[in-house]
Amino acid sequence: MSEPRKTPLYDLHVELGGKMVDFAGWMMPVNYTAGVAAEHKQCREKAALFDVSHMGQVELRGENVAQKLETLCPSSFQPLPAGKARYTFFTNPQGGIMDDLIVANAGDHHFVVVNASMRDQDIAHMRTLDIEVTELARALIAVQGPAAEAIVAAHAPIAAELTFMQTAIAEIAGVEVRISRLGYTGEDGYEISIPEENVVEICRLLLTHPDLEPAGLGARDSLRLEAGLCLYGNDIDNDTSPVEANLNWAMQKKRREEGGFPGAERIQRELAEGPSRKLVGIKPEGRAPARRGVEVADEAGNIIGSITSGGFGPTYDGPVSMGYVSTAHAAEGTSVNLIIRGKPRPATIIKLPFVAQNYKR
Amino acid sequence: MTTYYTEEHEWLEVEGDTATLGITKHAAEALGEVVFVELQEAGETFDKDDEIGVVESVKAASELYAPLAMEVLEANGALEDNPSMVNEDAEGNAWFYKIKISDTSELSNLLDINAYKALID
Repeated sequence: MSEPRKTPLYDLHVELGGKMVDFAGWMMPVNYTAGVAAEHKQCREKAALFDVSHMGQVELRGENVAQKLETLCPSSFQPLPAGKARYTFFTNPQGGIMDDLIVANAGDHHFVVVNASMRDQDIAHMRTLDIEVTELARALIAVQGPAAEAIVAAHAPIAAELTFMQTAIAEIAGVEVRISRLGYTGEDGYEISIPEENVVEICRLLLTHPDLEPAGLGARDSLRLEAGLCLYGNDIDNDTSPVEANLNWAMQKKRREEGGFPGAERIQRELAEGPSRKLVGIKPEGRAPARRGVEVADEAGNIIGSITSGGFGPTYDGPVSMGYVSTAHAAEGTSVNLIIRGKPRPATIIKLPFVAQNYKR
Repeated sequence: MTTYYTEEHEWLEVEGDTATLGITKHAAEALGEVVFVELQEAGETFDKDDEIGVVESVKAASELYAPLAMEVLEANGALEDNPSMVNEDAEGNAWFYKIKISDTSELSNLLDINAYKALID
């Protein structure tokens, strides 16, 4: 393995007390001095600042980019208006998920954000299309939480006018940035793409607001888990289909019906007949967290699935998990057992999310 | 009374052949906010390195191992009801067990305060 990379915010993280760990080849803060639970609650109650510069930012230009992207993803991009972003995923020929990503119509080009661990794969994948693919050397931060609008709009008033999944160019402290009203916490908020050389000053400026505190990857994970959002590599991967993962909403009707994307055969079959397993929320009874890899059994003791993400939800104030179970056991309210350290412990299938999403529609 | 430490970040306050056992302040800080503690019951006996409990934080699960052959005399049930005590007072009220040491000669394998400080620095 090569030396982990640093984002332009590395020194600021250390200065703010960030505990730095290697995540997907990047040195990132898992938490700051406040700790995971406090940072999590800060985001739900006020606002938190995350560095997500390890994610890949890509510009796509050329003829018929939207149409060409539809050959790699089961979502519709041709009807996507300028200034609007969409959650989607690359599917493989077997109908599994190669990565999930955000695609925005930026007017004269498309702006794409992909996962840190999948940057190289995804860029090579998009380069198979006859389009111009440029990886941007820019920082990306997320300001998330109910106070995010007030914090960002104080510097860039247009932020207040955006609704969920809208994106615009704006200025903060004289620097041109791209502000998108979306995120990965279940809260209202923004992701802001900033030139690398300006990101430290902009973060310092935003942090002067009394309602904004930095938060690390630990809180980011517990926030997205409570909000029922999938983590690539945990809850979705090359073996899981979007239908199994409850992501039908990201495959627009026309695409579901017409196909024309990798793995359409399996995905359309599962849409028609139902998948054999489903991603569900699993609420452990009691206080013991059920983490990734824990097996799920039915009441007779047969193994029916496993946990793909699990931990403790600071806002939910209890253990929260998600995982795949066979469809016969996926109904809300089904009683199951989780095999934790060899012992069966009761749990209930619930409808995700654990904590309601709070987007500005 | 003498206090011993282990490389697994446990402390033992020993008096004769009994001891109070817990995890160190350093371990509690490294774990982050503790959200779940599971303990064994009084009367159970363990060999050195047997698993004697589980501590889960917002970040991860970690097991607690017997530092020497021992019998549980009393488990601190308050921790199961209020796991955050571990973060507040790891080397005081948040003790895990009162134990009986099966063979006090095993204490010579443990660390003193200076050796433990050297380990965590």
